Amino acid sequence: MTSATVAVRETTYREAMRDALREALAEDERVFLMGEDVGRYGGCFAVSLGLLEEFGPERVRDTPLSESGFVGAGVGAAIAGMRPIVEIMTVNFSLLALDQILNNAATLQHMSGGQVHVPLVIRMTTGAGRQLAAQHSHSLEGWYAHIPGIKVLAPATLEDARGMLGPALEDPDPVLLFEHGTLYNASGPLAEDAGPVDIQRAVVRRQGRDLTLISYGGSLPKTLAAAETLAADGIEAEVVDLRVLRPLDDATFTESVRRTHRAVVVDEGWRSGSLSAEVSARITEQCFYDLDSPVLRVCSAEVPMPYARHLEEAALPQPEAIVAAARAVVG
Amino acid sequence: MADFTMPSLGADMDAGTLVEWLVREGDTVHRGDPMAVVDTDKSAIEVESFDDGVVERFLVEPGARVAVGTTLASLAPLDDAPTKVPAARSPGAATTPAAGPPARHGHHRRPHTPRAAPPPLRHHAAELGVDLTTLAGSGPDGTVTRADVDRAARASAPSPLPLQRRAEPGAATRPRPRRASPYARRLAAELGVDLASVTEVGGDGAVHAAQVLGAASTAVAPVPPPPPAATSPARVEPPPKPRGTGASRTTIAALMSRAKREIPHYYVATTVDLGPLTEWLRRSNRERGVSERILPAAALLKATALTARDHPELNGFWVDRAFVPGDDVHLGVAVHVRGGALVAPAIHRTADLTLPEVMAALRDLVARARSGRLRRAELADPTLTVTDLGDQGVEEVIGVIYPPQVALLGIGRVVERPWAMDGLIGVRPTVRLTLSGDHRATDGAAGARFLNTLEERLQHPEAL
Repeated sequence: MTSATVAVRETTYREAMRDALREALAEDERVFLMGEDVGRYGGCFAVSLGLLEEFGPERVRDTPLSESGFVGAGVGAAIAGMRPIVEIMTVNFSLLALDQILNNAATLQHMSGGQVHVPLVIRMTTGAGRQLAAQHSHSLEGWYAHIPGIKVLAPATLEDARGMLGPALEDPDPVLLFEHGTLYNASGPLAEDAGPVDIQRAVVRRQGRDLTLISYGGSLPKTLAAAETLAADGIEAEVVDLRVLRPLDDATFTESVRRTHRAVVVDEGWRSGSLSAEVSARITEQCFYDLDSPVLRVCSAEVPMPYARHLEEAALPQPEAIVAAARAVVG
Repeated sequence: MADFTMPSLGADMDAGTLVEWLVREGDTVHRGDPMAVVDTDKSAIEVESFDDGVVERFLVEPGARVAVGTTLASLAPLDDAPTKVPAARSPGAATTPAAGPPARHGHHRRPHTPRAAPPPLRHHAAELGVDLTTLAGSGPDGTVTRADVDRAARASAPSPLPLQRRAEPGAATRPRPRRASPYARRLAAELGVDLASVTEVGGDGAVHAAQVLGAASTAVAPVPPPPPAATSPARVEPPPKPRGTGASRTTIAALMSRAKREIPHYYVATTVDLGPLTEWLRRSNRERGVSERILPAAALLKATALTARDHPELNGFWVDRAFVPGDDVHLGVAVHVRGGALVAPAIHRTADLTLPEVMAALRDLVARARSGRLRRAELADPTLTVTDLGDQGVEEVIGVIYPPQVALLGIGRVVERPWAMDGLIGVRPTVRLTLSGDHRATDGAAGARFLNTLEERLQHPEAL
């Protein structure tokens, strides 16, 4: 396969996600999309723009401002045989539906002894960087990655935005997709025939021998930028995109760390009790005798996300901080 | 006074062969330290000390087969007070005057280095001024525990000549032990670099892999035993095993090294026409159910067992400079186990079994070997081992004899070859059989006769 035979077009993360939704709605009549402003308004981040006109109000449903209500309706529809895609505006608001997600969606398979599956997909926006302040900007996907019974995905590339929804809908159990708000406008080439991607494994996004940078979601572009800066100084960083936050694919990042002997974890979540803590712990458990430096982490400052641009920038992991941590572990 | 005895490593083990010592006379050992490799006929096993003490004297030489409970070495008690150590080791020291400074236990204790101490312990040791590299660990897998560090600190404090300083003349002038990364410690162990001799440090003041590699490259440059290494037994050790190899590799390594070191191998080989056998199996298998069908491998085993009965000089053991024939033919079958291990359990009285019984036994043995459920009796006393790598696709296997056996038959893949017979050329299934013999026990002629008989038997499969 060469680029000469595969048509490539310029697209955005938003459009890739929309194409994935369109394909899912067209291919399976059990699939429907519901959430706040997903229909007439086209989605608060314009992901579902035009889908109401294309598929009608039965398949693209606007809901009242009640996360617990419409996520619960999604759980019920999934049990009853539908394949609902529920959109929650931001991860902060998903806390209103946490009871439905944790106590119902995640548990029913186990509590019913495997008799009841909940093939539900929940999409939500996560992360900061757009001056939306502390009630719309947090990165709480690490909390969801704590919950057994669900799968947690974080598409960070156009390919994953286009290709994760299909396999997520095929999964018999609940899958959560976290779309970082700063990624929607990310643009680049995407193959016309881009299709489903693996939702089991992490991916090495850049090869390197000197250290392993482990990241996901909105932090991935910053991490790749940091790797470019490091390369200019002769430090070759390997970049692992976790992609699947639960269940974590230890094998990919531990294999990398065993080769490079050094690791930095980049996570927009707060450091304490975070996903980065889990990744760091697993590296220590599995690669201790291969480590040539302590595992370092670059996380968000432990404050509610500030509104002011300069403060927000200061609170978030930035390429400069990633570069500094990388230099520290390389020594 | 505690003695180190031949342990019973299984209910039906009554004797074992000492393969090699992992310690030297005069060495200080702690409970849990591997002291010797013992061959239980199934595999070589590292045997650990049950006591703390100083190895006084070896009472059994490597290669000797002794009954369970036989004293292998005498241990003198070890007192925490360092002043007692010289007295305790004096008998052993007398027999090994050139053994180097014996108090530096922990370095020549085992061929591979124990896992590095965890960071908090290193910190603790640094605070107390204890050099971890001089400690023998008493924890699991020889890891150094906090108690070991405390004991060493106590031992060194009141003594005018602290233990580790007397052992390491340069120690007095050495700076405080430096921090080192786990990977750096592992690399140092693998490369035989003494961390204390690494003078460079990283930006954070700790020794990292780069500094160890730097030290290793400069250390390799001079003559093999560099001057400072003369007093350090660690330097003259062969490089430890590479990572990723477990105990089974160690034991196989010990056993195979012994085989190649001690056994003067000779090899004879022949290519045999398997036409009659495969044709006969094809016909007779037609009447058998799928699960009862007999593979050529089983028929080859049966034929080998009958041949071994015809040639008892190749079926037995070389013990104490003499050949001891096996009490019957118990063919050992080499089985590769996932994870890199190799076992060669026996099919008891192989020659007396019918072909279907040999097939069933082989199937059962391989399955249980791979699931780790072999019985002790099967591991005991194979009299002749067969290694069949035909399923791996090779045409010829020139094998290493499994001590103390005196022969090994290597079987390759059944290959169709052009074959001249009775003045005509045809395509026949053939197999390459290679006999490795112990030249101390037999000569090439005996091996040749064995292969001739085996070939003859394979031409008359109905007699199997």
